[in-house]
Amino acid sequence: MTPKALTISQFFFKKRLHLTLLVLILGLAYVVSSIGLGFQTTALFHAQDGLIWLLHNFIPNAESMRYWQDIGHQLVRTFLIAVTSTTCAAVISLFLAALGANTLSLNNAVTWFIRGFSSLMRNIPIVAWAMILLFSFKQNDLTGFLALFFMTMGFLTRAFMETIEDFGMDKIEALQATGANYLQVIFQGLLPEIAAALLSWVLYMIENNVRDATLVGLLTGTGIGFIFDLYFKGMRYGAAGLVVLAVIILVVGVEVISNLIGRLIE
Amino acid sequence: MIKPEKQLTIPTPTAKGPQFKMPVKLKDRRRVTIYLTLLVLAYLTMVTLPTMLPDHLNLKTASLTFLQNIQIMFFHPGLSNTTFVQLIQALLESILLAFLTTLIGSVIAFVLALVSFRQLVPAWVGLAIQSFMALIRAIPNVLWVLIYSVVFGLGANAAVIGLTFHSVAYLTKVYTDSMEELEPDAIETMRAMGLKNGPIIRQALVPNFIPSYLSWTFIRFEINFADAVAVGAAAGAGGIGYQLFMASSFYFNFHEVGVIVYLILVFAILLEIASYHLRKRVMGNQ
Amino acid sequence: MLEVKHLMKSYDGHKRSLTDVSFTVATGEVAAIIGPSGAGKTTILRSINQLIKDDEGQVLLNELDMRQLNRSQLRQARQNIGMIFQNYNLIEPLTAIENVLHGCLGNKSTLAGIFSLYRQSEKEEALQLLQKVGLGNFAYQQCRHLSGGQKQRVGIARALMQHPKLILCDEPIASLDPKSSTLVMETLRQLAIEEHISVLINLHQVDISRQYADHIIGINGGQVVFDDHAEALTDTAAAQIYRKDLVLNEEAAV
Repeated sequence: MTPKALTISQFFFKKRLHLTLLVLILGLAYVVSSIGLGFQTTALFHAQDGLIWLLHNFIPNAESMRYWQDIGHQLVRTFLIAVTSTTCAAVISLFLAALGANTLSLNNAVTWFIRGFSSLMRNIPIVAWAMILLFSFKQNDLTGFLALFFMTMGFLTRAFMETIEDFGMDKIEALQATGANYLQVIFQGLLPEIAAALLSWVLYMIENNVRDATLVGLLTGTGIGFIFDLYFKGMRYGAAGLVVLAVIILVVGVEVISNLIGRLIE
Repeated sequence: MIKPEKQLTIPTPTAKGPQFKMPVKLKDRRRVTIYLTLLVLAYLTMVTLPTMLPDHLNLKTASLTFLQNIQIMFFHPGLSNTTFVQLIQALLESILLAFLTTLIGSVIAFVLALVSFRQLVPAWVGLAIQSFMALIRAIPNVLWVLIYSVVFGLGANAAVIGLTFHSVAYLTKVYTDSMEELEPDAIETMRAMGLKNGPIIRQALVPNFIPSYLSWTFIRFEINFADAVAVGAAAGAGGIGYQLFMASSFYFNFHEVGVIVYLILVFAILLEIASYHLRKRVMGNQ
Repeated sequence: MLEVKHLMKSYDGHKRSLTDVSFTVATGEVAAIIGPSGAGKTTILRSINQLIKDDEGQVLLNELDMRQLNRSQLRQARQNIGMIFQNYNLIEPLTAIENVLHGCLGNKSTLAGIFSLYRQSEKEEALQLLQKVGLGNFAYQQCRHLSGGQKQRVGIARALMQHPKLILCDEPIASLDPKSSTLVMETLRQLAIEEHISVLINLHQVDISRQYADHIIGINGGQVVFDDHAEALTDTAAAQIYRKDLVLNEEAAV
């Protein structure tokens, strides 16, 4: 190791220069994007206005309590759609992942095809899924279900593939060495070992889909998203506040249960 | 006489008994939980699926038109109501929105993560901040944007502020978690040298935290791009999402939807690849 | 120079990890604390700079009781105490010279600490210290690329940068190979002689403590069982220190 031809001052100057340049570039990027987008930084200091407005207008009053039943019904539907779309997608994803995982696959082309397919599925924005489906399946729960289903399938296929690949080639070879065939390897060796990991992905996606269901509902005119839009645009803010409260309860509830199960199976 | 303590501190074998039993019990509890969860999920699905089919819908024709539209989208993309330049501009707008919300979010979240970091502050402060963040995240993104578009009026301000909420809440959580995972040794050492919190954060915490900071922030950038597209469509917040909304539910032009989806896909997949390589590099350095 | 009087420490209220520990360390002296693991060696060391709050007793550093100080006084007092760890505890992504410079942050302003503002004289001193421990060529290397022995010597340079009156070493060579161990121990010994710094080392190798320490304190079961010149530590005396029946609570080891 030869001494670097740097003096101390040069070293610290370089270090400082890099940091300064980084901060300058980020600052410049911030300014340029703000101007490009028409965003005023001062708006950041008025962010509390929104919260105040929220607390002021979104307080459910006696009148809005009349909507409680409607909201409750849609909340349950939203939850069920989130769960169903996830489980259905999970079944297909597991199948695809078992075919595509490069530790199991016999064919490289299949691996690449499934990889590309899942990337396509999850990167097509959920908005596009919702809009295309809305056109042919019209305004109903099935549309929301399918939109969530396609995106979830893309996501879970990749997640499952990675989980299977993390299991390791050597363990699979050890199983094959005992004379087990492809299906035996999967059902008796692989699945019991990775069940907990797969399940935690499923739980994560249910959480995610409960959040996204509102967005999809808003776009496709179904579920909890639709009634929020209805009340909100009709300026029935008390009722809209009730919807928000219901969504919070649902999301937090699902999160708590999912964390609990996650801790039990880890 | 070398290392005499080695002979003296051999653990007594009596501790083995209960240790052996524990994992078996744990494994049982685990298996029962997995089976029960799967059972409940399967039941809910079975019950819900039949109710999903609407009464007045011919599933066959619907599926056929859907496939037809997909085919138009992917194999016959084309433009008629907008120009390619306009779409690129819209895409750029969404990218800028994602960039701004990530940058603002990461700065605010970093401060909040420090304030809720257990090695520096009392535990209840962290708990309070984390609960507040969970609350913010429980309200869907698009609702935040809608609320701010009433308060500020529809436009860039509402879009940026509305999307920043989730950005901050998400990043605060993951930053705090990765800070808690760092070795506490570095901070303790600085404390033993008599340093104050400010220098300790800058000199001990920040250098060790940078890799996880980079990878989480980039992951959030990916999410923010998807969110920017979504709220563009659902809240009319502009960008490529709004163009997508117009093309599909205003003009019913699936050729144009195709072009837009291709544009979004290309950028999203580029981000995914960049994010993957960044994480590999950052983790490789550790 | 350093006086520890009647130090006591318990965990969970009843398990005693230290029962009445007293000893003194003179200026420029190398003192080694030896004893079986779980005897309370680490607890003693960390009580001295109050990383662990003890229950009772006195820790006097130049007549100043470490236990009676408020937060900012304690910070000031800690600046006079360098500390060296078994796992080096360097900031691995930073370069060696930056780690050494951390040593002088104690007597600088918070702002200087946040913006890493060091004087030219401090930078030069840090480089000289690195040269002194034989790492002049590695000053601009990230610490994660250094070997264990090199890291420990950066740790020593960092402690020296504090201009300490006392250096505490917690198992400084436990993770090192014999050659690096010798080098580290020789550096520490040399410092005590040249700079008149007192060095207090936790060790578990009896032969090494005999070789490098002036003064040996044997601890067992949270008590001082030996306190004398290194020459006085005969094989029988050493065996006495490591007697098993005195190990009261192994699990209390930190």
